[in-house]
Order: sequence, then C-alpha cells, then structure tokens
Amino acid sequence: MTITPHMTRTATQTAAAVQSGAISAEAVATHALADINRLNPIVNAYTDITTERALTEARAVDKRLAAGETLPLAGVPYAVKNLFDIESVVTRAGSKINLSNQPASADASLIQRLSQAGGVLTGGLHMGEYAYDFTGENAHDGNCLNPHDTTRMTGGSSSGSGAAAASGMVPITLGSDTNGSIRVPSSFCGLFGLKPTFGRLSRAGSFPFVGDLDHLGPLARTAEDLALVFDVLQGHDPADPAQANRPGIATKATLSEGIENLRIAVAGGYFRKSGQPEAFNAVDLVAAELGANREIDIPEAARARAAAYIITTAQSSALHLGRLKKQPENFDPDTRDRFLSGAMVPAVWVQQAQRFRTWFQHQMRDIFKDVDVLLAPTTPFHALPSGTKTVVLDGVELPARPNIGLFTQPISFIGLPVVSVPVWLEGAALPIGVQVIAPAWREDIALRVAHHLQHSGAVSAPVAGITTGIN
Amino acid sequence: MNGPFDAKAYVAHMEKVVDLKIRDEWRPTVEANMAATGKAANLIMSFPLDDEVEAAPVFLP
Repeated sequence: MTITPHMTRTATQTAAAVQSGAISAEAVATHALADINRLNPIVNAYTDITTERALTEARAVDKRLAAGETLPLAGVPYAVKNLFDIESVVTRAGSKINLSNQPASADASLIQRLSQAGGVLTGGLHMGEYAYDFTGENAHDGNCLNPHDTTRMTGGSSSGSGAAAASGMVPITLGSDTNGSIRVPSSFCGLFGLKPTFGRLSRAGSFPFVGDLDHLGPLARTAEDLALVFDVLQGHDPADPAQANRPGIATKATLSEGIENLRIAVAGGYFRKSGQPEAFNAVDLVAAELGANREIDIPEAARARAAAYIITTAQSSALHLGRLKKQPENFDPDTRDRFLSGAMVPAVWVQQAQRFRTWFQHQMRDIFKDVDVLLAPTTPFHALPSGTKTVVLDGVELPARPNIGLFTQPISFIGLPVVSVPVWLEGAALPIGVQVIAPAWREDIALRVAHHLQHSGAVSAPVAGITTGIN
Repeated sequence: MNGPFDAKAYVAHMEKVVDLKIRDEWRPTVEANMAATGKAANLIMSFPLDDEVEAAPVFLP
C-alpha cells in the first residue's frame, strides 16, 4: 500500500503549511478523507467518518486564516475514540446497545478545544466495548487490525486511535486510558501516546468507564505533536466536576530543554519480570540512551494492579447494571461476563482497594523525591496475533486479555503522567512501547524525554506500509 | 479470607441479591472472572493499612 506524502506529515508540519498558505485546510482534509476511505476497509479504524463536517470545518479554518487568525492546529486532521461526543453522531462507546441513543447534542469539551485551535475532525474511531478491553477486538464492529501486521491486534481499548495514527490516516487521535488504553495501542501500533495526570484534562462529553480512573489523552507519531495538542487540550472546564484545579503547563515551549538535569531510573522488581524479552530489551535500550543506570524497586506494584482491577470491575459494572439486567445478550461476550461478575463485588473489597490507592500514592511520592523519571515496559510483549486467548509469562499460562495491561495498570492507578515511546529493536518486525513515567503534573518532563529519544533516533513512529493480500 | 473463595457458590447467591439473569452458557466465565476478582481481593485484603489511610474523595460540595 503506497504511503503518500500527506500520510507522513506531522500535525506540526501541517499546521505550519496551512498557516503559511502553502496548502489550504480544505485540500488537507480532502487528502485525509481519501486516505481514510482507502485504508479503513483494511484496518477498520473508523466506525464513523464525518466527511461533511470535516470539509465544512476545514473551509471555516481557511476563512479564519484569511481573516488574519493564527491557529496552532490550522487544518490538522484528527479523529477521536467513539466514546467522545461528536455533535449529531451517536456516541457508541464501542457498544451495540448505545446505538439506540439519540445523537450527541454537542461536541465533547476536548473536541471543542481542538476545533477552536483549527483542528478538523474526520470521525469516530473503533474501540473495545465500553472500554473494557486491551485487544482491539469487538464483537459488534469486528476487529481493528494492526497496520504494522494486519494479522495482529492493535491493542485496546483505544484501538482505532492506534490504527488511524499508525497507518497515516491522520497525525493525531484522541483516546482514553483507564488502565492502559492509550498506552497499550501506542505500544502495539508503534506510536507516542500521552496519558496525562489524572484530573488534568476535561472528560466532559465523553462516555465514562471508571470515573475514578478515567483519563483522556492524545496519540501521535512524534513527541512534538503530542505536546502541541496537549497544550491546546488543557484548560479549566466547569463541566467536569472531577477535573483538578491546577494551572496548565506549556509543554511545547520546554520540549527541547534536553535531559541533562533529569534523574532517570528503571522501575525494578515487578516491572522486570512477567514479560517477554522484547519488553525488557526495549527498556534497556531506552535506559542506555538516557544514561540511566539505577534500578528502583516499586513496592507492592502487584497489589496496586489488583486494587485497580477491583475498582475497575466494580465501578464499571455499577454503571452498566441497568443494561446488564435488561439486555445482557446485547453485550459483547468478552465484556459481558466481566461486567456480570463485577456487579457482585463486595463493598469492603472496593473500599480497601481505594484506601490502598492512597497508600501506594504516598510510596510513589517518596520515590519521586529521588528521581524525576521512571522507565518501565508498556506491554509485556509485541502485539499478539488476533484471537490470542492465553499467553505464557514466567512459565505460567495466563489469560491474554487482562495481562496485556500488567505494566500500565499500577501507574494509571495513581494517575501519574506517562508518555509511551515506540521502540523498534534490531531485527524486530513489530514495535513495542516503553513507559516514560513522570511525577504528577509534570507531563512536560515525560514529553521532553520522549522528544530527546526521538531526536537521538532511539525511538520512532514510522507510518506503517500496510501489507495485505489486497494491495 | 478464610479458606478458598467459592466463586461458584458466591455467583449463585449474588445473582439473586443483585437480580441478574445469568444464562448457563455464560456461567463458567462469570465464575472464572469472579474467582480472578477474589484472587485480586486476597492481595488487597491481606495488606495491613493504618486507620488513618483514607480513600481519596473527589466529591466537592
């Protein structure tokens, strides 16, 4: 499948070209829509392509530029996981059940911010049902396929967000991450993915999974594009009562400050076992590039994961209880049985998990007194073949689905910001991610490290040259 | 917890309490998931926490 120049252009490059008048936003949108329509039948990234809206929005951007406005995302095409409200589109949240809902009456807050900045929305993206997924497999919409190898999973639950950016349909996508759902597809699809600090970005107008753990954030093919979009996405939103009352930070401005004064360590213990060699080789490669030779044990990370698991299953099942009672047959079988069991979790287990969250938060705060960055694998292995049900880790056969998030879950549990960076090990046909973990509210540090790694050539996110039998 | 968690018996009891209708063909995986949650709970419930460790609230009156 041919990779056109439009497909490899970053958001930063497109915004500069459109702002300068070298190309119109309408022309960019037209090219993007053509690429989407050509590639989507292969990877199944989009569930809703908003063609008319994209062209209308692009023409409006051209008018605003003609009137003298400066727009940070001038004409940048993007797409969002289909749990974001898109005006006049039904918010699927990966389900069949929600298709009977009314179309959204307004855009989600983050989409409004991107539109205001000159972004052009091209549609809603495939996801695992109600975000309870790490695979990118969906019984209703079919599987989303990994652009780097279409026999493999994209990872989930922001599956379409991974496939659309990795295949070059658009340079930027938005996803959500409760236990790893931005970072896992970033790892499997070879992208830069930012899970911001919990409470940083507004969640207003997005369909929830686990209110206590849900984050929204961007995926892209460069760290610079992540910073560009993250700076636009920040801002106080009274419509999200869970948003933290914190001042925003300008991450693009500090992106090139380098890593000289950063104390960087590898997360040890839990994060150095239960993975395939590629997971640890990728961390070692990044650590060597950054000169990080310390290893710090993260105490009780297994319990942190267990606590996140309990809160996730109980809280999400309470959200869906009415639907579970009335129409359990309409759920995806792979999520239904987890929601059913989650509806039975005793309150004391959940409350103890919540209290453990506070304990673990204090441990991690202490650790970050001595370091500025921790490195850990994003996933325990490369993208698995579609349909994989079990994996062998440390000689034990385990169910594949929940264990894909083994290394992401303890970190999002306490809301730390992470950039997953894409590593291509020598001779490897597939990418794998490394988590660059920063202290709370310091997305700028994680982005700086990611940018440094990209410039040094240690990590990269090339557009996938999709190979299938139908080229 | 005292002794192994009997996920099968627990599911049979709780589906009535919560008023869920679990089809026979779904039951083995529901029970397997409940057993996995019980295993995770074991890790959490066996960890001593001081009385002053509170869950973080987000409710802002």
